[in-house]
This record gives sequence, structure tokens and C-alpha cells, in this order.
Amino acid sequence: MSLRNTVRAFPTLLRVGFADAVAYRAEMLIWVLATTMPLVMLALWSTVAREAPVGRYGEAQFTAYFLATFVVRQITGSWVFYDINFAVRDGTLAMRLLRPVHPLWAYAAEALAAMPMRLAVSLPVAIVAWFVVGSRAMTHDPVLWAVWIASIAGAWLMTLLVNLIIGCAAFFLESSLKVMDAWLVAFFVFSGYLIPIDLFPPRLRAVVEWLPFRFQIGFPVEVVTGAHDRAAALALLGSQWAWVATGLGATALMWRGGLRRFAAYGG
Amino acid sequence: MEGEPLSSPAARAWGASRAARASRYARLLKTQLRASVLLGLQYRADFVLDAAVSIFWTGAAILPLVIVFQSRAAVAGWTFGEALMVTGWFTFLEGVLEGGINPSIADVVDHVRKGTLDFVLLKPADAQFLVSTTRFEPWRAANVLTSGVIFGWAFHLLGRVPSPGAVGTATLAMLAGVAVLYSLKTLAVSAAFYFVRVDNLTHLFDSVFDAARWPASIFRGVVRFVFTFVIPLALMTTYPAQALLGALPTTTLLGAIAGAALALALSRVVWNRAIAHYTSAGG
Repeated sequence: MSLRNTVRAFPTLLRVGFADAVAYRAEMLIWVLATTMPLVMLALWSTVAREAPVGRYGEAQFTAYFLATFVVRQITGSWVFYDINFAVRDGTLAMRLLRPVHPLWAYAAEALAAMPMRLAVSLPVAIVAWFVVGSRAMTHDPVLWAVWIASIAGAWLMTLLVNLIIGCAAFFLESSLKVMDAWLVAFFVFSGYLIPIDLFPPRLRAVVEWLPFRFQIGFPVEVVTGAHDRAAALALLGSQWAWVATGLGATALMWRGGLRRFAAYGG
Repeated sequence: MEGEPLSSPAARAWGASRAARASRYARLLKTQLRASVLLGLQYRADFVLDAAVSIFWTGAAILPLVIVFQSRAAVAGWTFGEALMVTGWFTFLEGVLEGGINPSIADVVDHVRKGTLDFVLLKPADAQFLVSTTRFEPWRAANVLTSGVIFGWAFHLLGRVPSPGAVGTATLAMLAGVAVLYSLKTLAVSAAFYFVRVDNLTHLFDSVFDAARWPASIFRGVVRFVFTFVIPLALMTTYPAQALLGALPTTTLLGAIAGAALALALSRVVWNRAIAHYTSAGG
């Protein structure tokens, strides 16, 4: 499993992953349609904002915030934990272990290869958002847009790593689907997916800012809607990538510890 | 039933009066329920985990409500206590869905894929009745209990108790809501006969259903129309909540009951057509 092998195989893995994403495009469309939560929250919050703005949010700001939330979630979403759970349970992970590429790299390639499809579905929403509220509620600073791109990469990596860590938990628990359920609940509430972080009560907000969830959705959305100046955005980007580094370490540990317990059934 | 003499109770019931038929189905329901409970007692650890996750989720999902109402007393004509009532009904219906409707739906999809629906169709009872009652998972319905806590909290905030009349109306409205929910799920599962894989479809339904957490009047325009008449979320949670508050107009209640009857009839027709389309698989 040398690095050279991985680098050589990566373009092929990406091509295979892309073909896979294209083959299941109808399913993917349904998954996109099922991402209604930001839109429901948008309806709720704009009703609230029509009477009077909430904090710094008027109707336009909420529209920008939740359309951006939709886009960020579409781009960074990942369900790799599901595949790993399956591969561990039915033993097919053994086949992945036989290949000369590390399974985690292969999973990462599959996730990355779905990106063009994900971008294709989020682009229309992004364009609509830009034309409807772009002039009023989105940043025009090129530096902040650059930070945004870096933050999207960070958020994508964090989501992937969480998926890998929880996927590896299946080595210890037989099935870690319930663990993901619990994680998702916390994620929905504390990531800024349902409520912008700056609307939380101050004490709760202080806690949420120390948790990783916010860097998966809230942070990129805040950057693109102009909630932070350059210095603050860069500082937060630093914290985000510190979480990415932590996630990398945790993934390596989980994988090594878990693999020792892996007994390939059937196969 | 093979080998059964024509004079047996079951056989006679076929030709007998409506009442005898109803009692036969009541007995069948009792047997199915007992089988479900016995089956479920095997998976007690699952129950604890499921209950913990769903209570956690219900609590977390109330947080947006709390934050919305922090800055003002009423949103779209609903105070916090009143909006909590809608959340209570939503939580209740989630429990009904998890414990009473979804498990059998999952079974039907499995049956269609494997071709084992044949065995259900062969039985001398209505197929829709059989598949809808084979699997109840009451232990997954922790949310029904949680909803009681939410109602208690809401009435505590409002500083009153519901009148017996309001409870009666709310029960009627709730039954209409459950009927609509069941019909929509039956429609979704009927699609399984044509497309085989419908887990995505049910996922789509669940995510739309999530909007029922909020009073229907926060939605505007097309979305509101859809949520009232096409996927009647308003009927499922907002009307029962209004009824509990004693604020549901009688005409709306009657409309809801008529709508529920219509939905049941429609789902029945579609189910029968779907069954006719069923060709078994391999077998």
C-alpha cells in the first residue's frame, strides 16, 4: 500500500466513483429533493423576520443564510459511514483490504468523485441566491470568497472524517448506524443548519463555538454571508483546520485499532 | 384455508353479516398484535437506544422554537405555548408512524422485492388489512409518551387545562390526521409495485413530513397550499392543536374528516390497482 500506488490509482478511482455517481443520478436527485430542512427553516425564519428583524437578520439575510446552508450541505454531504458499516458486516471489506490501495483512500476518492454531480445540483440554487439577495446579503470581498473556498474544503474533509470515524466504530460495535443517528441530531442543532449560531442564547453560544459541528456548515455560510471580517474569518479558518487535523489523527487511531478486531465473515 | 370444512367459523363468516366479519377482523387484529409484541420482546436493547435517540431528537428539535420565541411573544399568530401544542402533535404522530405504520410498510417493500407477497395474498383475509397489521412495534413509539410531556408543558405555560369538548374534538382531528398519514404511506408503498425500490421515496416523505413540526400559518403562497391540500400537514398537526386550544372551527373539522375519508378511499383504490399489477418475483 505504498503512496506511489495510491497516487497512480487515484485518477482511476475518481473515474470509477464518478461513473457510480452518474449511474445512480435518480437516487441522488431524490436525496437532493429530500434536503428540505433549510427551506422549511427559511420559511419559518422569514415569517419571523417580516414582523421585525432578528439580530442582524432581516428577510434578505435569512434567505441568503439558508440558501447558502442548502448549498454547503449539498457540497459537503457524505454517507461513507453507511458503506463502511455494510462492508464490515458482510465481510466485503476483506476484498478492499486486498487491493494495493488503502481502503480509506479509496473511500475518500469515491466521496470526492461525487463532487461534480453535487456541484451541478447546488449551482442553480447558488445562482438564484446570488441574483435575489447577493447584492444585499452576501460578501463582495474576494479575500472572503477565497476563505470561503478553503472553508468548504475544510467542511468537506471534516464531514468525510466524521463519516470514516463513525464507520470505523462499526469494528467495535457491529453496527454504528445508531451512533450516526445521535451525531446527526447534535449536528442539525449545533451546526447552524437550523438556527444561525449568532441567534443562540449567549451561554449556549459559547459552548457551541467550542464544538466541531459549527465548522461543518455554519462557518462557511457565515463567511459567504459576510458575518465576519477578514481577520475573524482567517482565525476561524485556523480553528477549522485544527479540527481537520484532529479528525485525521482520530481516524488513523480508529482504523488501526478497529482493523485488529476485524474478522471477515463470509466474504 | 386449505382442508377446512365449509361450516368452520372462518368460512361461515365470509358469507355472514357485516358484524360477524368485523368481529373476525377484530380477533385477527388481536392475534397480530400479540405476535408483534412477542417478537419485539426479543430486542429490548434496541428499544432503549431507539427511545434515547428519539427523546434526544425531540428535545433538540424544540430548541429552534425556543430561540424563535425568545425575541417575540407571537409568530404568525401563535404564542410559544400554542406552537408547542403543534410540536406535541407532531411528536405524537412521529410515534404512531415509527411504531404503527413504518414497520409494516418496510415489510411490504421487502415482500414485493422477494416475491413473498404471494403468501399474504393467498390468505383468506383482506391483503391491505393483513399487511398493515402484521408488524406493530409499540416499543418504538416512545414519542407518544414524549408528546404527553410536551402537552403538559404547553398547558402549563398557557395556564389552563383543555375542556372535555376540546379533547373530544382534538381526538377526532387526530384520528383524521392519522388516517391521512396512513393513506399517504399506503400510496407511497403502492409505488413499490411499480418501482421496486421505494426507500428513497419514503425518505423523501419523511423529510417533507418534518415541516409539520410548525404551525401551518408560517408558510405562505404555494407552499401553504401544498401543505394544506396536497400533502395536508396542516390537517395532521395544526388542526388537532387548534382543536385542543378550542379554536378549530366546526367546518374545518368536518372538512378534515371528509378529506381523511377521501384520502383513505383513494389509497384503497390505488392499493387495489397496485395489487393487480403485482406479478410476483422468481418465487
